[in-house]
Amino acid sequence: MTGAAAIIIALVQLVLFVFLAPVLIGVIRQVRARLEGRAGSGIWQPWRDVRKLLAKNPVRAADSSWMLAAGPVTLLVSSLLLCALLPLVGTLPLPLIPSDLFVIVSVMLIGVVALALVGLDAGTAFGGMGSSRHMTVAALVEPTLLLAVYALSIPAGTSTLSLIVETRLENPAVIISPVSLLAMVALAIAIMAETSRLPVDNPSTHLELTMLHEAMVLEASGRDLAWLELGSWLKLAALLGLLANLIVPWGIVTDFSVLGVLVGVGTVTVKILLLGVVLSVGEVFLAKARLFRVPELLAGSFALGLLAVTASYLVA
Amino acid sequence: MTALEAGMLGQTLLLVVAVAAALLTPTSWRSRVSGTLCTLLAAAGIVTGAIALSGGTGSLTIPTALPMDPLVLSPDRLGGLVMVVVSVVGVLASLFGIGSARVASASRAAWLSMAVFLYGMQLVPAATDVVSFLLFWEIMTLGSTALLLAHHATRGTVASALVWYSAMSQLSFFFVLAGFAMLAGLAGGTGFADLATIDPYSWQASVAFLLLLLGFGGKAELVPLHVWVPRVLPEAPGHVAAAMSGAMVNIGVYGALLVLVRLLPNGPAWWGVLIMVLGGVSALYGILQASVASNLKVLLAYSTTENMGLVFLGLGASVLLRADNATAAADAALVAALLLMLSHAAFKSTLFLGAGAVARAAGEMNLDRLGGLGSRMPWTGAAFGVAAMGAAALPVTSGFVAEWMLLQALIHGSRVDGEVVSVTASVAMPLAVAVIALTAGLALLTFVKAYGIAFLARPRSQKAKLAGEVPLIMRIPLVLGALLVVVLGLLPGPLAMAVGSAVGPEFAPDVRTIGLAGVDARGIDAVLDPTTFVVLAGLLLLPVLIALFISARRPPVRTSPLPWAGGGSRLRPRMQYTATSYAEPLVRVFDDVLRPSRDVEVTHVGESRYLVERVHVEQTVSDVVETRLYRPVLNLLQRFGILARRAQNGSIHRYLSYSFVALLTVLIVVSL
Amino acid sequence: MSVKRLTNLIRSSGRIAEPAPPAPPLFPGAEVFGGSVQVRFINAGSGNDCALEVQSAFGPVYDVERYGIRLVASPRHADVLVITGAVTRNLIEPLHRTIDATPTPRFVIAVGDCAITGGVFAAGYGVAGPVSDFVHVDLSVPGNPPEPAVIVAALRRMTGR
Repeated sequence: MTGAAAIIIALVQLVLFVFLAPVLIGVIRQVRARLEGRAGSGIWQPWRDVRKLLAKNPVRAADSSWMLAAGPVTLLVSSLLLCALLPLVGTLPLPLIPSDLFVIVSVMLIGVVALALVGLDAGTAFGGMGSSRHMTVAALVEPTLLLAVYALSIPAGTSTLSLIVETRLENPAVIISPVSLLAMVALAIAIMAETSRLPVDNPSTHLELTMLHEAMVLEASGRDLAWLELGSWLKLAALLGLLANLIVPWGIVTDFSVLGVLVGVGTVTVKILLLGVVLSVGEVFLAKARLFRVPELLAGSFALGLLAVTASYLVA
Repeated sequence: MTALEAGMLGQTLLLVVAVAAALLTPTSWRSRVSGTLCTLLAAAGIVTGAIALSGGTGSLTIPTALPMDPLVLSPDRLGGLVMVVVSVVGVLASLFGIGSARVASASRAAWLSMAVFLYGMQLVPAATDVVSFLLFWEIMTLGSTALLLAHHATRGTVASALVWYSAMSQLSFFFVLAGFAMLAGLAGGTGFADLATIDPYSWQASVAFLLLLLGFGGKAELVPLHVWVPRVLPEAPGHVAAAMSGAMVNIGVYGALLVLVRLLPNGPAWWGVLIMVLGGVSALYGILQASVASNLKVLLAYSTTENMGLVFLGLGASVLLRADNATAAADAALVAALLLMLSHAAFKSTLFLGAGAVARAAGEMNLDRLGGLGSRMPWTGAAFGVAAMGAAALPVTSGFVAEWMLLQALIHGSRVDGEVVSVTASVAMPLAVAVIALTAGLALLTFVKAYGIAFLARPRSQKAKLAGEVPLIMRIPLVLGALLVVVLGLLPGPLAMAVGSAVGPEFAPDVRTIGLAGVDARGIDAVLDPTTFVVLAGLLLLPVLIALFISARRPPVRTSPLPWAGGGSRLRPRMQYTATSYAEPLVRVFDDVLRPSRDVEVTHVGESRYLVERVHVEQTVSDVVETRLYRPVLNLLQRFGILARRAQNGSIHRYLSYSFVALLTVLIVVSL
Repeated sequence: MSVKRLTNLIRSSGRIAEPAPPAPPLFPGAEVFGGSVQVRFINAGSGNDCALEVQSAFGPVYDVERYGIRLVASPRHADVLVITGAVTRNLIEPLHRTIDATPTPRFVIAVGDCAITGGVFAAGYGVAGPVSDFVHVDLSVPGNPPEPAVIVAALRRMTGR
């Protein structure tokens, strides 16, 4: 019974996030445009972009391999898996594969690797450069990511993210404990780096030498590009959703009911879009950090994560 | 005679046949005959090991003329497991060897020493006493040395590599010998059963533990005893490197297991901390060096140090947690270490075989000159890709499952029923998680680089451009190895149970099979079923594929001859990113550890400082451990040697006077 | 700039973008874009006058982005190529390669008199000819240089918004 309910919730999450992720990007861009004094192209623009990309004839270089076609699909599937596994609308874990922290991170890394290989397969200097930087950042982010969620897992006594969220729902005092705050800051920095946002990467740059994510997709076109973009957006939406549910767990479904699912869908949509607005406003005030400053930033967040874990053992 | 005895006898008989065949068959047939026999020898090892693993008993006694107990070979379950692992790698390597028969690889000495090497490795885990353990250990070491020597006796760089290898493996042997001697002296017998009675908290036990840790750590390529690896493995052909790096290192792990599980179980907590530090440092240092290496085999060699580091990290955690009474997590960590060992054997041998295939096809191991091999060698590319996923611990390969288990054990280790077990554990576990995470991240980069640079994009040299697929007999072990990586990743439940039964009831964790072949580790409250995971991924892929199919029917793909790359017309393959440039950000981030030396030389055109004719950049990353630790010691030894040479000038009068002085000294000492 | 000052500035100046003029008719064949057009800008050898006007078309005052038009870094992502300047010899090959790298359906807009006829540079020793000599031009925006509003109008014909 809970198995069927969990599957329904996973399906709801998938459909919701496929719909929501482009809207989230639209909101982020729209808020940014407004803050810059522009009119903005509307929150549905990313949807139009994807639809158009699917209608175009992709161009591939003669020397590129199957990776240019398979990599984008892999990234998309890995992001879809994130959306199905993470506790976004509800915390009911899927049977046999709970939303285990390490599984989630590994699923995300599949997408990271697929994107990096697409960048390398382009056979250009920029593609390789983007891929190299992307992997360097990913390698340095991983310790922070794992430690931050490790710290969050200690009060719950499990590494299953849905149970962590449930614990925070039942015991809100945990949310504002110093350990949790430290871990949340570390996690937020890690997620910003992982999803190629400022200050690690500038998502709207046109200058190849400052690119991370963009440099890897320079040679992708048509549906290849559509899958890459959609995959990256889904990842951002899913991770922001996780962050939102960790900060404000209320509204998430713990016992299956139709009304509960509707409330869960509504609250998670509002939470993610609000977080998107916050992200966008924050980004207006941020400049991209130099590439070799990024490790310092990540080392800082790593220190926060480590502090959070050891503190929760030794202090609490 | 029991099945186990028959198996070991069969192995010995096959060794004799293989040695005879290597000596007697003509060159044109030798690789096929000897390769097949070596494969059979390894297959016999699998059968024997499997019998032992499933609980078969029996023993083979070798009478000795020496004044001591006869040597008894009787593998227990753990020995059986290790025997199976090394033998599976042996089968893959031998099959591959049949195809890679060139002049040097097909020599008598090469196949003879291959058989001896395999045999030695298979029977180390069967030993039940110190003497037979050391005997087969030496057979294994000598076999591998001769094997390396046979392959490349003519090349200059090999000589120095071999000196390093011999010196380091004898150093390991010395440590193991000293450690065992100490234990044997303490126990008053050489049988492992006698040794198991020693109290691990006595200071002699600790000294012996340190010696044995150094010895077995050396064989497992741990820092700082790894210095031979990046020298030797790049010189060895693919199948020899696979046998050494995929199988022989496991004997080092087996040695450590023997000490920690059988001989001196329940050791003090500081042993665990020490092993964890050793393992953690090895893991980080190994993967850092691997991530900046440009030579494919050097990269793989350093990655072995990393993986063995993780195995020892798991072993150390299990010792520490057991001493802190967090038994469930300790057992899970032990199983995780063994799963890591299994998975490493599968993917590393496949990777080395893949590197061997690339070396054969392109004649080049420098990643900076490879590229585009995926379309030229599709089978090799696919197998290497799968194995690289295993090495990067991506789902759903064996590496992922093993690393998942280890992380689960670590994060559940610091608390039992909500109580912090010890301050040490609550600092060590987060640090260990961080080390594993950083290692995993860097491993990801390393293997994206290895696969992406070598197999994707455009070939960076003429040799790579002309490369073609290797013959069928070499593709078979590659594909088998890749399959193994995936299958081991899909069956964590049965695997963890088998491994749990191998370590013995006292250490077996509470694991069950869940779902189709998933693992349910009750003690640490962790569940994972990779099969369900694959099914879910497949279900999600379905709508994407349908969308792909619909959109592919409307707008067809157009191929353009070159990538866009800024629109330039003289777009040469050399303008692509290379392995060196790929690792450049990392070299900068970690320059305190890696200490790269960079040499930039700019040639100007004529008088102008602004027009550049050519820029020559050279960057070398040396092994800090070698330059900082070994060089000073070696220099000291050399200086001592030069001093000693003065005393040895070959003059008969001087030697006579030495004898006279010695005699006088003895007489004086006696008369006192 | 402090956060407070920036907030005040945004509040006091509000929307910099000017009100949108009525939409021009859709360019035949651009229906497939469905209101989303990515532009790759190519300077084939202009005196940078037209380039500046294109830049201000993408600035906050004319804000062509509100019609679903975005500048991109690669022709692989582009639907429309905006070309300014007479084609110089060194740029013939890159121009061809960039056009070829753009996935179809695609449109080419030549901006400025130099791009359309060669303008005052037509007889220059480095100039090979107007854009239409080398690639098929779908839409021309005359002017020396053209006003941003005209460029915006031409681009809006691609999105129909």
